[in-house]
Amino acid sequence: MISWPNLISQLFNGLALGALLALISSGLTIIYGTLGVLNLAHGAMFMIGGYAGFVAFQYTHSFIIAVIAGSLFVMLLGIAMERVIIRHFYQRPHEDQLLVTFGLGICFVEIVRLIFSSQSQIVPPPPLFQGITNLGFMFYPTYRLAVVGIVAVALGALFLVLYRTRLGMIVRAGIEDSVMVDSLGIDVYRVFMVVFGIGAMAAGFAGIINAPVVSLTPGVGDDILVETFVVVVIGGVGSFPGAILGGLIAGEIISVTSMFNPGYAYVMLFAAMTLVLVVRPHGLLGVQGRE
Amino acid sequence: MSGPMPKQAKSRQLPYLIEILTAAGLIVAPVLLPHLGFAPNTVNRILVWGLFGLGFDILFGFTGLLSFGQSAFYGTGGFVAAWLLTRAGFGNVLGALIIGMIAAAATGYLVGLIALRRTGIYFAMITVAIAEVFFFVEFNPLADFTGGENGLPGVPTPSFDLGFITLHFTDGWSLYQFIALCYFIGIVIALRIVRSPVGAIFSAIRDNPLRATAVGHNIHGYKLTAFVIAAAYAGFAGGLLGVLQAFMPPDAFTFDTSGQLVMQTAIGGRGTLFGPLVGAAVWLFLQDFLQAAMGLGAAWKLVLGVAFVALVCFLRGGIVGGLINLFGFVTGKRAAAPAEEAPAVAGQHAAEAEIAERTPVVPAPAGTKRDHRPGPILQATGLTKRYGGLVANSDLDFSVNHGELRGIIGPNGAGKSTFFKMLTCEIAPTSGRIVFEGRDITGQRITDVCQLGLTKSYQVNQLFAGLTVRQNLTIAALAKLRGKFRLDLFRKLSTVKGLSRQVEHTLHLVNLAARADTPVAELAYGEKRRLEIGLALATSPRLLLLDEPLAGMSPRERIETVRLLKAIARDRTMIIIDHDMDSLFELVERVTVLQEGRVLLEGTPEEIRTNAAVQEAYLGGVHGEIAA
Repeated sequence: MISWPNLISQLFNGLALGALLALISSGLTIIYGTLGVLNLAHGAMFMIGGYAGFVAFQYTHSFIIAVIAGSLFVMLLGIAMERVIIRHFYQRPHEDQLLVTFGLGICFVEIVRLIFSSQSQIVPPPPLFQGITNLGFMFYPTYRLAVVGIVAVALGALFLVLYRTRLGMIVRAGIEDSVMVDSLGIDVYRVFMVVFGIGAMAAGFAGIINAPVVSLTPGVGDDILVETFVVVVIGGVGSFPGAILGGLIAGEIISVTSMFNPGYAYVMLFAAMTLVLVVRPHGLLGVQGRE
Repeated sequence: MSGPMPKQAKSRQLPYLIEILTAAGLIVAPVLLPHLGFAPNTVNRILVWGLFGLGFDILFGFTGLLSFGQSAFYGTGGFVAAWLLTRAGFGNVLGALIIGMIAAAATGYLVGLIALRRTGIYFAMITVAIAEVFFFVEFNPLADFTGGENGLPGVPTPSFDLGFITLHFTDGWSLYQFIALCYFIGIVIALRIVRSPVGAIFSAIRDNPLRATAVGHNIHGYKLTAFVIAAAYAGFAGGLLGVLQAFMPPDAFTFDTSGQLVMQTAIGGRGTLFGPLVGAAVWLFLQDFLQAAMGLGAAWKLVLGVAFVALVCFLRGGIVGGLINLFGFVTGKRAAAPAEEAPAVAGQHAAEAEIAERTPVVPAPAGTKRDHRPGPILQATGLTKRYGGLVANSDLDFSVNHGELRGIIGPNGAGKSTFFKMLTCEIAPTSGRIVFEGRDITGQRITDVCQLGLTKSYQVNQLFAGLTVRQNLTIAALAKLRGKFRLDLFRKLSTVKGLSRQVEHTLHLVNLAARADTPVAELAYGEKRRLEIGLALATSPRLLLLDEPLAGMSPRERIETVRLLKAIARDRTMIIIDHDMDSLFELVERVTVLQEGRVLLEGTPEEIRTNAAVQEAYLGGVHGEIAA
């Protein structure tokens, strides 16, 4: 039966999941908005962030170092991926971009599977956030509360980069009209590389933050990728605020539906997406013409 | 995109060559393949994937819609058929497969309505999400019907009682006969579809959806058609999977199934119909070979993944596409031609060439004679377009009479192109009214307006870049001859009444008859420009708008094009925007001058040439400066 504490706890779960989805989707959406490439390897980036952090944790037993190592590793991987492969696909059709990133995603997953096997790995939460917290009206796992805070900080940092720096201004201008930005004498390709790195890092960061909540497997990014698609469709492609709003909506829908019947979580998520597509085809905060 | 070119080159002599070769291949396979290390069960699985891929290739390779959600239809068809056969006491295997196929097609229709609301990456994302929903629905709410994670065991194999003998296809090579027959029928149908007018329009949508819409095709309807076709093939193949394994596995619904299909198609070669089959053969063979013989274990998928990425990077046409190019290279023939409807067109060529030789000037199809009925053919009143605070056109009144040849000039930014876009209903005016032949067309769709007989040629070429000149014109002419949507999936392109006449006529009109079978990519710029005009002409417009037809041309090309425009103008009303005033004034009867979104002046070329206000508009304050 539905009880208030249960509902509130699920709302909190939804908030934590939603915040994570918002962060991952932001990465996906700024990459797409700026470069015009939908990165189907984005879920794999999330997964690799978790594994890179896991390895760092094995050596150092420091969660903070694990987070830093995981994020940096994925950022470098993203930059390498952009330099070596993606940049050759800017002039090719969308389908080819989808195919190549999809293939890369599979390669990443299989490499990780080869090294770590399919067995699940565990990264414990940092000592500071272990155990449960008494919120007065209910008990809630401390780390999940911390996730909301950590991700909020990360999103804030991303916001500052996007809206308060020269790079961010170029990125936002590029989302509106990349040809124009190019013609202003800005080295768009350099910006592309940086954006790809930042976008990948957002996923990698989310991957290691999520590792203590859900144990790591090579397939952990697959479902996340599908969820971020729904988030982006709901929020509007290329929109950073849209990714946050969409993430929170998706997180709450999944959590609250799961309380009644987990089997319907995706059905409800999909129903929400369909509704948005019918009412606002360009997403809640999307703008027409960005496709 | 390349097609099965080597076979088609020969198909000029033998129209059903591909079908015959396929049949021969399927008959020989049980004799040859065991020597290559293929077990009968593997061959059967390859055929099921190949059949699944036929529909997908029509959707992706031919129509350009990359779906990552085909597992939804594969699973739907499979489970409907398996449920009928195992739980509902339905005894007829073939009947169950067909019902499964219909169920999948119906599902595809509903899903397509949602997924096709968006294009490009949105479409890909939505299909992924939808397929994922199907997976969860199959596992949970519908677990009573689908057996949840256990699947549905005990799917029977087909048997046919022919009265005097009962044919029972049990397993191995016996079942192969049944599956091979299904594949053969599948390929025959698929070939018919891609050679039909609908197939031609599919490739137009892939190459340039914007222009396909503008020449008068309801591309949403055709996309939905391709989507339903792909779903139907997927559904039937899904049912066959259950029959093949005597068990309907729940993993038919997983994202991996969709992903594997996409990869196999890209590996084998998209847009070739046989690509998915080849891709599946490579995939399953490597899986067995790398896992067992090489002892790679789970790493086989990494090898495939790397190979796949390399193929996408370096060999866009996949294995079949690569072989076609190689064949073309070796035989010295040009192999870059997109060839999907080549067989149908090819048969037509010889006959048409003869006609063309005997009758150098092809008569114009009826109904396009220039008329001099009194009164305006087009009338725009109070036309205004605002983009936020920017006013592109404000309160334009404009009228053109039947048979007139009108020029529009104006400095850059005068709102000429926006004006044209509103007239063709490419964009909707903020306010105002457009009346074409007495009919209010304000707010209509560009497709419908083109069907009414009003179209334009674009300032920047909008061609079907992967097709030949003839195929380009064919697509435009089809819109006129078949209306905006018709499902003649099994009709041969060559049997469309008046098509070859219309195409031939337009080819001569724009002086491209000698280049008819050249791919657009190999045309010179001036030729592309003429084809751009030809695309608009092939829809037989009564009012033709030309947006800077002379832009970017060399002086020699301009002279040729002006001559061409004069010839075209004999049969219809035209409005021409251009910056080359000498050419334009030589061509047109009246000129309208736009400035800052308004009509500045209207008159004969002579009046305009000598008007002080026009000189002022063009030369700015130069007079003033000189005077000062």
